[in-house]
Amino acid sequence: MKILVTLKRVPDPEQKVKFKGAAIDFSGTNWVPNQFDEYAVETALRLTENASAGGARDGEVVVASIGPKDVAQQLRSALAMGADRAILVDGDDAQLDAELVARAVVKLVEQEKPDLVLMGKLAADAEDNQVGQLVAGYLNWPQATFAATIEVTDGGKALAVGREVDSGVETKRVALPAVVTVDLRIIAPHAIKNGKTAPDHAYAEGPRYASLKGIMAAKKKPIAETTMAALGVTGAMRVKTVAVEAPPPRKAGIKVASVEELVAKLHNEAKVL
Amino acid sequence: MGKVLVFVEHVEGHLRTSALPAITFGREAAKQQGGALALLLMGKGVQAAADEAAKLGHDVLAVDDAGLEHYLAETYAPIVARVAKEQGATLVAATATALGKDLLPRAAALLDAGMASDVTAIVGAKKFARPMQAGNVIAQVEVTTDVVVASVRQTAFPPAQAEGAPGTVTVLAAGNLDARGAAFVSVQTTKSERPELTDAKIVVSGGRGMKEGANFKILEELADLLGGAMGASRAACDAGMVPNDLQVGQTGKVVAPNLYIAVAISGAIQHLAGMKGSKVIVAVNKDPEAPIFQVADYGLVSTWEKALPELIAEVKKLQAAQR
Repeated sequence: MKILVTLKRVPDPEQKVKFKGAAIDFSGTNWVPNQFDEYAVETALRLTENASAGGARDGEVVVASIGPKDVAQQLRSALAMGADRAILVDGDDAQLDAELVARAVVKLVEQEKPDLVLMGKLAADAEDNQVGQLVAGYLNWPQATFAATIEVTDGGKALAVGREVDSGVETKRVALPAVVTVDLRIIAPHAIKNGKTAPDHAYAEGPRYASLKGIMAAKKKPIAETTMAALGVTGAMRVKTVAVEAPPPRKAGIKVASVEELVAKLHNEAKVL
Repeated sequence: MGKVLVFVEHVEGHLRTSALPAITFGREAAKQQGGALALLLMGKGVQAAADEAAKLGHDVLAVDDAGLEHYLAETYAPIVARVAKEQGATLVAATATALGKDLLPRAAALLDAGMASDVTAIVGAKKFARPMQAGNVIAQVEVTTDVVVASVRQTAFPPAQAEGAPGTVTVLAAGNLDARGAAFVSVQTTKSERPELTDAKIVVSGGRGMKEGANFKILEELADLLGGAMGASRAACDAGMVPNDLQVGQTGKVVAPNLYIAVAISGAIQHLAGMKGSKVIVAVNKDPEAPIFQVADYGLVSTWEKALPELIAEVKKLQAAQR
């Protein structure tokens, strides 16, 4: 199976957001891989290896990112985890919306012809939750969003995807090629069944750490560079962020000394009981 | 002026309560644009739900077909796009439920439209407010395409009530359905007698500190006493203490009840993103430094083992006095 994984760098969610007028101040921002995308990389690796046979690889994982040249750092981390090669699309985040990103991914799909496009369900900065569905829509491929489990079926021709929906978990079958976006639970020990790794194999929870060998190997793996223009994706944003601001602050709360005081306050002061 | 088309989810002959805020959003937008609002219902056997929708005071378009029994983005999105074009809709919206988030971008792709996600307010024509970065940023976005798609944050708009004379129901043909190799297999749902999490006036949530699933019984007792819904942090869901559909947060559900009681929840950013909009937040945590106290209106430093039995007793006392 050949898998194209997208990886975005985002401001560290643990860092406090700074504002400069009606814009976000990115000076001093610590950039990290979007967590959902990191999980997508892990998912791709689990789908293309036999973890019961020393992690023998069967397939190819190509990781792509759109952003400034600095995203090479995040791509290099994905290569160190075990991805085979990377594509860096030079682009200015401030000039990109979900549509332009999705158009670029479509171009990469046309070039790479993967069996599967794997993405995080959303980027933790813009939180649009659109690109995977847009890519599937533009390509007219089936989509399975918010994946919590993936099982390879039909001799590798389809996936049974457990999706996080409002009422529980929905199982959806998608024939390949398809677009799948992953949710948080995809990195659970038994979330991926690829038909090669023994079904009872338990992975360590979370994305794998790069081994020293992996880090050394990553230095030799290729990162192909291209640009939005070279991919033929030009044009203005359709969705422009015209201003940003901090949400109204919550008024400072108080600590209560006892349950009795708490219930009295909820009844007399907050009037919610 | 253009029409506003709101996609409405329904279940077992009734509108989903989560669908109603998007109708309120649609009304506001239609008023501003000077256009009409139409509601779109799809599925198999939608008549009863369509009649219920018409009673809200809007025209309803119903696409009824056996092939639409189970939602699939692949079959639904082309119909949403087609109906939007036929109706001359300039704004297509739905609540940002799991289904809405899955469906709308695909429909936007087919409509060649720009989309604003998780809208919390209408700022102007084609201009919306929406949260970003786990709710730490409120952005104003402007969509420049002729047709605009918007998903609506459920907690940001009140549920629509009936107004004016009932609308008419028009049945539309589904046309050819092509699932593109996708198929619905099954859905595992958790049945509960409690109010829906996203809809409840009071939510009682437990975190990792509850230690094991059996301990959630005491939270259920409090929730039932208050007529509230149960919620949980990601950590509690991941540990298998409670089903995943109870999860409140950036992944999971966004809630904004009148009262949110967070028990043994540390308050990771992921979780705060899903409950910061609550009117009154109570936190019970044994760690006085837990980040949850920074958003709590009332914080109690205590173990749940000590606080919860007392809390249940006090609430019972108060309720007895109110009778």
